[in-house]
Formats: sequence, structure tokens, C-alpha cells
Amino acid sequence: MTRVPLRPLARILEAREKGENPDAIERENLRHRHDQIRDQSRLRSEGRLLVLAGFFLCAFVTVGARMATLSASEAQEPRAQASGASIATARADILDRQGRILATNLVTHALYAQPHQMVDPERAADELVRIFPDLKRERLIKDFTGTRKFLWIKKKISPEQKQAVFDIGEPGLLFGPREMRLYPNGKLAAHVLGGASFGREGVSAAEVIGVAGVEKQFDDFLRDPANGGAPLQLSLDLTIQDAIERVLYGGMKMMNAKGAAAILMDVHTGEVISVASLPDFDPNNRPRPLTVADKGKDQSDSPLFNRAVQGVYELGSTFKIFTAIQAMDLGLVNPNTVIDTGKPMKISGFRIGEFRNKNYGKISVSDIIVKSSNRGTGRMALQIGAERQQEFLKGLGLLDRTPFEIVEATGSTPLVPQKWGKLSSVTISYGHGISNSPMHLAAAYAAIANGGYAVTPTVLKRQHVERGPRVMSAASAAAARDMLRKVVTEGTASFGEVEGYLVGGKTGTADKPKPRGGYYDDKVINTFASMFPTDNPKYVLIVTLDEPVETSGTKPRRTAGWTAVPVAATIIERVAPLLGMKPRETRVEPLSTTGVTLTSN
Amino acid sequence: MRSLLYIVSALAVMGLAYWAYSENYKTQASLDRSQALQSEIGRMQEELAVLRAEWAYLNRPDRLRDLARMNYGKLELNVLEPGQFGRVDQVAYAEDEIPEVTGAIDVIGEIGQ
Repeated sequence: MTRVPLRPLARILEAREKGENPDAIERENLRHRHDQIRDQSRLRSEGRLLVLAGFFLCAFVTVGARMATLSASEAQEPRAQASGASIATARADILDRQGRILATNLVTHALYAQPHQMVDPERAADELVRIFPDLKRERLIKDFTGTRKFLWIKKKISPEQKQAVFDIGEPGLLFGPREMRLYPNGKLAAHVLGGASFGREGVSAAEVIGVAGVEKQFDDFLRDPANGGAPLQLSLDLTIQDAIERVLYGGMKMMNAKGAAAILMDVHTGEVISVASLPDFDPNNRPRPLTVADKGKDQSDSPLFNRAVQGVYELGSTFKIFTAIQAMDLGLVNPNTVIDTGKPMKISGFRIGEFRNKNYGKISVSDIIVKSSNRGTGRMALQIGAERQQEFLKGLGLLDRTPFEIVEATGSTPLVPQKWGKLSSVTISYGHGISNSPMHLAAAYAAIANGGYAVTPTVLKRQHVERGPRVMSAASAAAARDMLRKVVTEGTASFGEVEGYLVGGKTGTADKPKPRGGYYDDKVINTFASMFPTDNPKYVLIVTLDEPVETSGTKPRRTAGWTAVPVAATIIERVAPLLGMKPRETRVEPLSTTGVTLTSN
Repeated sequence: MRSLLYIVSALAVMGLAYWAYSENYKTQASLDRSQALQSEIGRMQEELAVLRAEWAYLNRPDRLRDLARMNYGKLELNVLEPGQFGRVDQVAYAEDEIPEVTGAIDVIGEIGQ
């Protein structure tokens, strides 16, 4: 760029001659120069803007083009970093505490038809009926020749059936792959496992969803692909579950009961080793729930009904021990305190009587439990008072639904009196007027067994369990265990003795309530809540029989001591060795005669 | 001098191009292989699941009980009872005889200083 001088000498001299102001020339030149500079800088910035715009255009075109290809092209799995092992699409397995399979998946096929592609619908229908006798020929022909374009024929078929359908050679019959839930052990632990069915169904896949039990409770966990197929491990033990179910079934038949339930619980962790409810069902082929059509039948008659968790009944005298413990905790009594149970007792106009109107006279607290005296516990309850009683039972978890992790536990809310007055307090002290499930009772007895810490029942295998809050003093729990042991050695549960296992427990016999109020005379719920061995309990066993009657004697017997107790004893005898518990040496062996030397020095 | 440089760089470019071409093919081949392996793993996992299910089904308590009953004459399997626990001192010791020497080999060696 040529630089023009601001004051060119020639023009200045010329201007001076003409008498003009030479500054005007300078100003003019300065203006010219500024104009030039401005034009230049504008050009440069316009260029920069252009380049920038170019960049932006490129960027947007790239992004746009990528979006267009992504939306227009077929989706593809990333091939370079396939991490197939960590993502599992199948529903997770359910295992028992030893890792044995309780529920797994199997690939099968579903059969569907596209009638408009069919060559010979009538022949196809004939052949299908030959393979699947439960199908109706008329119905199939109607579907195949009608206007329908698509219909499911069978949701699950075996490989043999698939081959047979394939051999029909009908192009309108097609198969879709299906994951099927399989419970290889059949009826075992049916109430805990629940069952599964199909959710949304497509031709190429179908959702498997849990419908009950842990399958429903942990549905999200079981379906979550991020778990990488990690199985759900339950606290149940397959061997023990099977043994208990078998013994319980035998006991139920022998005692002519219409239903039975048993719970075996680890007293320190709250893990449920086995929970059985009879009658049961096959989760592979879950029966439908009772509906209005099944007139005259109660839901509790359905095999789907889980007595161990949903069976909320008055559990009778098994509650007496709680009253005794609380009275001891509060320092009102000790095991040897004598209470007069002979005096007649009348609360708010209701007479509190003993079983078969017996009269035990003046007996100690320990004997009140052993002999199962209603008036004795009633007197203790009056001393304790309704409020403190409520608080104590709440601490044991007897006033809330059980936290056991199956869906049916929502139906376990205890029935408690609306107004917890003096009368309620007395009846509840011996287990009437409050209804609980056996699972509640198991957790409460576990607290006695482990020395006074509250226990949360769980169906999952736990590595570490935090100790629950203390609900009773260790001394009262120990005294209660001694009483429970005495109930077996010299009280109502004498059939419960299993040599070497120091069984302790409390019987409970409660009349069944009629649906319209009042109680049946000849229908009872018998419960035996036990723990073993009583000097250092490891397990709590609850056995409940629904409407049992023992008919070996001249008169039918309906007390728990004759029905539930022998069944529980058989279970303990059968199961304790399986749990790895060695029987105690109850006989004292004589010392050998050698080896004793007298020395004197 | 300059032409030599041109020739060398041209050769280098050709060499690199060939290398990139062959690497690309190798990558594609490994991707195919890994995909085949993945699908094989998937298939085998499915098979494994079936075998596990079958194992569980064959070992279900019902069947084992029936088998135990059927073979009672041969095996005499009974349920586990409390009386079957024993003490260590009830286990007999093995006989104290020196086992017969069979298949002896001579070993000759020297012990170093």
C-alpha cells in the first residue's frame, strides 16, 4: 500500500499562494486514509465471518447427515465391543440356600396360525386335534375359515409336539420362540415361589412376569438385565423343605386336618429355612384363584392360600408366654411367684374360665405356662395394663403385617381389637381376640430363643444380619425358655419330646370363628410353637393344623397336645439331623473304673 | 537427490496403504470371529441352562425318593436319623501293618557337599 503523505509540499505551497488554509488539505488526506483503513478492516472481518459460517455449515451438515443415516438405516449391534456375558436377557434363576435350582427358564415354542396363508384349513384342524386332544375341532375350523388373520393356538409346546405340528406341512401354522418358567421340583415350596405367566406377547418373544410369591415380589430384580443373570438366592433349604412337607402331609392326613402349615426359622438371622402350607399346588401349572362362581367356598379353601403367611387366626395359648415374659420383665413376678387362679374372674361381664372348666388353684407363674391357665395369664395382664401390653406386642412385630418378602404378606395384617380395653387385654394375654399368622409367631418365638432380640423374618439368604433391638431382657428370655422346656417335659406338650434335642414349646388350641360371628364347637386351629435345643436354641418350629381331630381314642381329641405336637416332634426328629445337629447325650455314662488313683503325700 | 526422495516417499505411501488395507481385512475377520464366538457362547449358555434344568429335574426329591425305594434291596437307603451321629473315637483306626511293597524302583544318587 502506498502511503500518501498528509501534507504534500506541492499542494501546501499552492494553497499558501492562494491564501487557503493548508490544514484543510491535511484533514482531507487524513479522511481519505481513515476511509481506506475502514474498508480494509471491514473486508477482513467479512471474510472471517464467511469462514466461520462455513465451519458452522459443515458441522451442522455433518450432524444432520449422521442423524439422517441413523434414522434411515437398520439398527445394528455394535460389533467391536460386544459385552454379551454381562447382559443377560433371560429371567434370573431362583436358588435355594445351597445353590440348588428352584426356578429356571426353558426355551420352548408357541404355536400360532395365519389362516390366510393356509392351504387346507380342515385338514390342519383335524391334525391339530390329533396332536392336542384338548383343542376343539369346530372352533379351529371356524377360526381358520373366518376373517381372522392371526391367532394363538398354544402358548407352550414341547419339542415333540413342535415336530408333529411341523410334519403337518401347513404353511399357515407358525412357531414363535418362548422362554418358559420351569419349577423342576414341582410342588415343592410352591407358596414361596408363586408362579409366572406371560405378560406382553409378540411373535418373536414374550415377557415372563411373576404372578405370586417371590416371583412377583422380586419381579424387577429377576427381570433386570443389568444383574447379568445373577440368581436370587433364597434362605430355603430344598432337602429340609421336602422333608417337612412330607412329614406335614402325613401328619395332616393322620390328624384328619383340612390344612396345615409349618415354619422353620433360624432364630439369630430370621432366615426361614422352610415354610410349608398344605394343600399346595404345582407352580408349573398354577390353578386359577377362586371366583364368585365357586359358591360356598372360602378363599382359604383354595390351594393357593398360604396358611403360613395369609392364615391369620387366633393362635391361642401360644401367646401366654409373652404375657409371662412381660410380667417378669416389668418385675411384677418371677417364675416362682404364686398366683391364685382358683378365684373366679369376671371382666366387663364376661367370665374368664379355664379349659374344660378346670381349677388349678394357687400355682406359680411357671406352672401357669405349663398347665396353660387362662386366669393366671389374665391376672398378669391386668397388672401389666393394656398400653404396656400393646407396646410389648408391637415390639415383637405382632401388630403389623409380617415383613416376610412374598407378595402374599400384604394379607397378613393382624386383626386386633379396635378398642383395647381391660377385657381385650385379658383375652389377648392367652391369645384370643388377636389374630396373627404363624409367621408372626415364628418371629416372636425367635426373639425368645435368641435371648431377647427382635427378629425380622426373611426369605433371602443373608451373610450378615444386624441384631434387632432388644425387646425383652436376657434373663426373662432364659426363664421363658425353661418354662417352655417344662411344657414339654411335664405339661401339655409331652408328645413333643425328641430324645437328645431338648425341645421346648407351647401348645395353642383356638376355636375357629364362624363367618357370621361366634365360634364353632368342633372346629379348631391347633398350633405348636417350639424351639430346639432349649439350652441354646438354634431353630424355631411352628406347626399349625387346621381343623384336626385325633380319632384313636374313644372320644375325638382336638387339643394341640394330641395333634400338632406329635407332628412337630416327628418333623424335628426328621429335620434336626439334616440341619447337622447332633443329639445331646441325655444318659450319663458311668465313668470307667480305671484311671482313678488315690494319692496321699 | 530430490527425485530419490519422491520415489522413497511414494513407495512408503504404497507400503502404508497396503498395510492399512490388510489391517482392515484382519479387523473384519476378527470381528466376524468374535461374533461367531459370541453366538456360540450364547448357544452354549442356552444349552447349559437346559442341562441345569434337566439336572435339577432329575434330582428332584420326589424322583430320588422313588429311586431309593426301588433300589432298597441293593442300597438300603433310609432317612437320616439322630442315632446315626457318631464320635470320632468310634471310628476304627486303619490296620497298623506295613503295606506290601509293590513296583519298587532302585534309586541311586550322590549327596553333594
